[in-house]
Amino acid sequence: MNTQALFSVALLAPQAACPSELFAGDAAASRFAVYRNNVFSSLTAALSDSYPVVEQLVGSAFFQAMARVFIEHSPPRSPVLVNYGQDFADFIDRFEPAASLPYLGDVARLERLRVEAYHAADCPVISAQALGAYLQQPEQLMQLRMKLRPGLAVLTSKHPVYSLWTAHQGIGDLASIHLAQAEQLLVLRDGLEVLLLPLPSASAVFIQALQRGEGFADAVVAALPLAPEFDAGPSLALLIRHSAITELEPS
Amino acid sequence: MRTFPCNRNTQARACELPAQAGLGLKPAFFEALLSSEPALGFVEIHAENYMVDGGPFHHYLGLLRERYALSIHGVGLSIGADAALDALHLQRLKTLLDRYQPESFSEHLAWSTHGPCFLNDLLPLQYDQASLDRVCDHIDQVQHTLGRRMLLENPATYLQFRGSSLEEPQFINEVIRRTGCGLLLDVCNIHVSCSNHHWSIADYLHALPLHAVGEIHLAGFSEDLDSSGEQLLIDSHSAPIAQAVWALYQQVLEMIGPVATLIERDNEVPALDVLLAEAGQAQRLLDRQGARQ
Repeated sequence: MNTQALFSVALLAPQAACPSELFAGDAAASRFAVYRNNVFSSLTAALSDSYPVVEQLVGSAFFQAMARVFIEHSPPRSPVLVNYGQDFADFIDRFEPAASLPYLGDVARLERLRVEAYHAADCPVISAQALGAYLQQPEQLMQLRMKLRPGLAVLTSKHPVYSLWTAHQGIGDLASIHLAQAEQLLVLRDGLEVLLLPLPSASAVFIQALQRGEGFADAVVAALPLAPEFDAGPSLALLIRHSAITELEPS
Repeated sequence: MRTFPCNRNTQARACELPAQAGLGLKPAFFEALLSSEPALGFVEIHAENYMVDGGPFHHYLGLLRERYALSIHGVGLSIGADAALDALHLQRLKTLLDRYQPESFSEHLAWSTHGPCFLNDLLPLQYDQASLDRVCDHIDQVQHTLGRRMLLENPATYLQFRGSSLEEPQFINEVIRRTGCGLLLDVCNIHVSCSNHHWSIADYLHALPLHAVGEIHLAGFSEDLDSSGEQLLIDSHSAPIAQAVWALYQQVLEMIGPVATLIERDNEVPALDVLLAEAGQAQRLLDRQGARQ
């Protein structure tokens, strides 16, 4: 192996010996440790920036230990660190020491979606008037497909992730949360702000269907098994109010 | 040596940072800088933080760019790597530079990638003929792709390679001579490296091509001990600028005159006022030096 290969391999494996033969001086191992510490502490800080509620839920010491294992197994593949940790939630699902917090992976998914919505592309949106024209013509509305804004996502969880997240923003009461409660939410950026909006399960399915490119009528049909009386009106109003529709495609 | 127009797209814009004090731009300062518009010569961003599609970072940078000169400082290009530059990353840089037309672009004499991995630290090079050729090739490629001259920053290091055959300032001198790039003189890094390796600061400065300095960085370091009990200074960007660094800065200004100077703080970032006070201190030294000339 060449110099940089020897350096890198030792850097990412905390148990590996420092390749002291490369360096001048007697204290090379302790100096090499500065680089190793920089790598792990800066990447841990990057994860901590993206996953603050995960960190609050497990405590700082646990988070650092978990991040260390993650970094060792999944070092970044790009210098654009805002994208680092896209598979952190999947890692948490498999991370046995966190098994007693079954909702932790989904809280990480929620926080990842917030980061992605925050940095998603800006684009022009459809006005309420433009959509209003279709509301007057139900036949055309039924066939209408809609494009939703970049970074918008629906998260469905078997756990009360929205309640857990808001409780860590000082809103709501942690003690009153039922951990068996499923929750769904919409994540999107409206203007400069990322919003988390809780959704009924049928609305979540409806918006997911729209996002997949299904027409309005098919999206309603997809939601009906969850709510036989499903009314798409409130979901559409929510999307319009938060500037979430970027294109209308009549069939 | 090749020469590059400072910016081939917009000749109208001045192609150098003003010889004034500037500040590293942090998201926490977006609103305050916009509302109070403090007197700063320029702001500097880390390129990689702005390689996102949209949202508040671009919104605020666009507004601030109308008010301040801009330096874009890369931390992920890995110019010193023993593998080819990441063409995709270089293209992302070009997109960012085309969008914001900064007065200055700079990167580090360091490496931070290995294989597919990004190691997120500025790692030290073995200074030999092979690495010199490689660094020069990489800088040629960067300057050619971006269509502009770049500044190369001298590193802070904690280790020296047995296999090095050139001294660090000689190496830098040769890179600048061969590629025509400029020097981003990090005064704190000089203090840290010279202290860690028992180099003479006077000799180090004397060996550098100071005529090529296009920007100065000032930052704080932290102190540690290595396993033999020797003091080890760490370029942590987490502390106020030390007195020794201010003194060295003053000495450099006496040698080369006023140059754009960045107050760099990336960790444990204090309130804006604290950093503006450091920028004010740098500005006073720049003014004093300017008046002497």
